[in-house]
Amino acid sequence: MSARFSPGIVLILLLLAAFVLAAAGADLLSPADPLRQSLLLRLREPGFASRTATYWLGTDDLGRDLLSRILYGARASLLVAALSVSVSLVVGTALGLLAGWFRGWTAVLIMRFVDTMLSIPAILLAVLTVAVLGPGFLKLVMVLGLTRWPRYTRVAYAATLQVAGLPYIKAAEMAGCGATRILWRHILPNIAGPLMVVATSEFGLMILFEAGLSFLGLGIQPPYPSWGSIMSAGRQYVTRAWWLTVFPGACLFVLVLCVNLFGDWLRDRVDPRSRGR
Amino acid sequence: MSDAPALVVENLSLAIGPAGLVDGVGFQVAPGEVMAIVGESGCGKSVTAQAIMRLLPDAIRQTGGRILLGGRDISAIPERAMRAVRGQLMSMIFQEPQAALDPLTTVGSQIAEALRQPLGRVRGEVLRMLRDVGISDPERRIDQHPFELSGGMCQRIMIASALISRPAVLIADEPTTALDVTIQAQILDLLRRLAIERQTAVVLITHDMGVVADIADRVAVMYAGRIAEAGPTAEIFAAPRHPYTALLLASIPRLSDVPKSKLAVIEGRVPSPSEYGPGCRFASRCPRADARCAAETPPLRPLGDGRLTACFHAEAMA
Repeated sequence: MSARFSPGIVLILLLLAAFVLAAAGADLLSPADPLRQSLLLRLREPGFASRTATYWLGTDDLGRDLLSRILYGARASLLVAALSVSVSLVVGTALGLLAGWFRGWTAVLIMRFVDTMLSIPAILLAVLTVAVLGPGFLKLVMVLGLTRWPRYTRVAYAATLQVAGLPYIKAAEMAGCGATRILWRHILPNIAGPLMVVATSEFGLMILFEAGLSFLGLGIQPPYPSWGSIMSAGRQYVTRAWWLTVFPGACLFVLVLCVNLFGDWLRDRVDPRSRGR
Repeated sequence: MSDAPALVVENLSLAIGPAGLVDGVGFQVAPGEVMAIVGESGCGKSVTAQAIMRLLPDAIRQTGGRILLGGRDISAIPERAMRAVRGQLMSMIFQEPQAALDPLTTVGSQIAEALRQPLGRVRGEVLRMLRDVGISDPERRIDQHPFELSGGMCQRIMIASALISRPAVLIADEPTTALDVTIQAQILDLLRRLAIERQTAVVLITHDMGVVADIADRVAVMYAGRIAEAGPTAEIFAAPRHPYTALLLASIPRLSDVPKSKLAVIEGRVPSPSEYGPGCRFASRCPRADARCAAETPPLRPLGDGRLTACFHAEAMA
């Protein structure tokens, strides 16, 4: 096994693990309450030590500890991304399987709907929906989840068409298996690889979407921290307090980069033909 | 072999669009008997098998005939009922055993699937079946995936999965074509033995006369969608009464042939369904063809020795 893990991918996996740990253990790791304000300690630079505590990454415009806010922000990012990817993965895969298995009119209806969805800019749709429904954590997840399923449907559809024509699916039919059993037991496991690759790349996109919507004030609502909203607040002070935009921005960059590189690695593992492309 | 036949195919006709693919094919198979359908590519033998399983490609329709399984006509029963027939009363095995097994499911679960039970509940039965099809070390094999097994072993797994529910009929579509020759003989022996032990009627689809000679009790030679000649294998091989059968047998290369002598071939090619004319479909390639052959379809008629032949010149060949 060790030969399959290059030093690069080990580093990426370690970084991803660090992000997950930071998000999961935010309560334990945070040096301070991310919501506690102190107007006397506004916009202190990284490493500033007060009489009671050290602010490793400085404080924001309301005197809150930036390190704690970034840790809790990681939790928001990863939770939103994981949940919305799950929603779109389930919806998209189910529709793709149905279209690929039944073909004919079912496929035409589903795939034309997919084309329609894909022609609407997802971020615009998300902005509109949040603007109409109002912001909120669950609404954010549903909006992202229900606008991003068409990619899974396309991949699941193509893969199902391909797998459904293979002899072992025919053999299962000859053995008297029903459609549900064939789809669930024989087709789904065999198309899971490419779907996981799509899910990973979507995961990175979802993190960016969450940050973007929060930056616009449509995602996670204050006072709760999100990388997007921290940067949004820091934007006004960018000349006086660079750390408010640089640290969450760097986190966002590194996390999404790691997720994408992990996705590439996964794609190479799942589909050897794409290696070296 | 005087029992009631397990499978009767009567006057089966299949068409793709306006072109007839299979025209009035009929045969029957008794329990424990191996019946071979032999012919070149495109003669309609594989679609005949698919029609019996009722899993024809969308474009191909059954235009006539009946398929009686244990006396019941299954060519018109609803799809739902047909699903209870497939895998239970009638099973099928294929040419590419490795491709016919789900790569991500253990072989044990795939065999258990034919019993519609989770493996845990029928493990003992599956192990017994694995032993029965000659898999060594079944306790280890049962939890392996198809890629860990050889082609011959995969075909044994397919046979196990096809026969574990004790179907009355097994359709084997070129079961040994993808295997090498020594394995081929083993698999054929296995099929032969299981057919007799379990009283399964086997329909063997093949293009290989050697396979037919090995295990078939009876054979039907198909040409261009029709049966040219049918009867007991021994008699047909000893004295073919249809020019096509005779030429097919003559074209098998033999070790006793003079080295570097020319291989015997049948000149011309099989007509495609759109080219079928009114007469005998073999007439254009037949050395005995005359004016009558081109104008009239020779009926499939009994010659008295348990054999049926569709040739006007059958008597002349004796």
